[in-house]
Amino acid sequence: MVYLTRKAEFSASHFYHNPAFTLEENARIFGKCNNPNGHGHNYTLEVTVKGAVDPKSGFVVDLKQLKDVMSREVLDALDHRFLNKEVPEFLTRIPTTENLAVAIWQRLSPKLNAAQLHRVRVYETPDLFVDFFGEV
Amino acid sequence: MKAHLTRRYIFSASHRLHSDEMSEEENRATYGKCNNPYGHGHNYTVEVTVSGPVDDQTGMVCNLVDLDGFVRSQILERYDHQNLNLLSEFAEQVPTTENLCIAIYEIVKRGFRKAHLEKIRIEETMMNSFEYSGENGRTTSG
Repeated sequence: MVYLTRKAEFSASHFYHNPAFTLEENARIFGKCNNPNGHGHNYTLEVTVKGAVDPKSGFVVDLKQLKDVMSREVLDALDHRFLNKEVPEFLTRIPTTENLAVAIWQRLSPKLNAAQLHRVRVYETPDLFVDFFGEV
Repeated sequence: MKAHLTRRYIFSASHRLHSDEMSEEENRATYGKCNNPYGHGHNYTVEVTVSGPVDDQTGMVCNLVDLDGFVRSQILERYDHQNLNLLSEFAEQVPTTENLCIAIYEIVKRGFRKAHLEKIRIEETMMNSFEYSGENGRTTSG
């Protein structure tokens, strides 16, 4: 089994707010991230796939295919967007880094047929990242 | 949905690698420059990885305010700008980054209740790093 990781970057804005909470609860739980006008990050995405090395091509996965799927399914939908308002998953879910990693996994997983998705890592900043391995 | 969340923190500390169980020559042979009797220092980067279900209400594994507050009061205040050799946990352990990993893991494991601790990873320099996940940390000496 060989693991291959491809990185990509996207920039987006978001804010954290749960309508089930009072204004005070939202402010207390989410702090600065609760500002309804939003704020932004430069996100770094790492997608790791795994598989056997194909003896003919020497590839785990065709990198161009992986790059195309990541661009189409993730970057086109998220880059330079206001996540809460423009990305369907986040009309009902809070766009935390945790939920972003889960959403990206759910977008990529059915589209990657050549290799198996192993990990989605999303850096919100260089000092904060979330890993999702598809565990329910 | 279970996710892993990692946060990085930085502190600076000095240490000297020296074991009382070895002769001066053995210490020099084992620890090299790190055995310099006056000590030396590093900017350590600590990665704390916790895991748990993503809460439906908050979208979080744990609130970063809680994790930051714990690490600041229990780890950074303890180690930042200190001489590690003078701390109680290194009275009988050499303050290698391996042992520092185990010490920090034990503090977080014992005191942080808001999420499951997966791993402590420490970068001593850009060129070396150490990880501890709570398994078979030390062999018994002798």
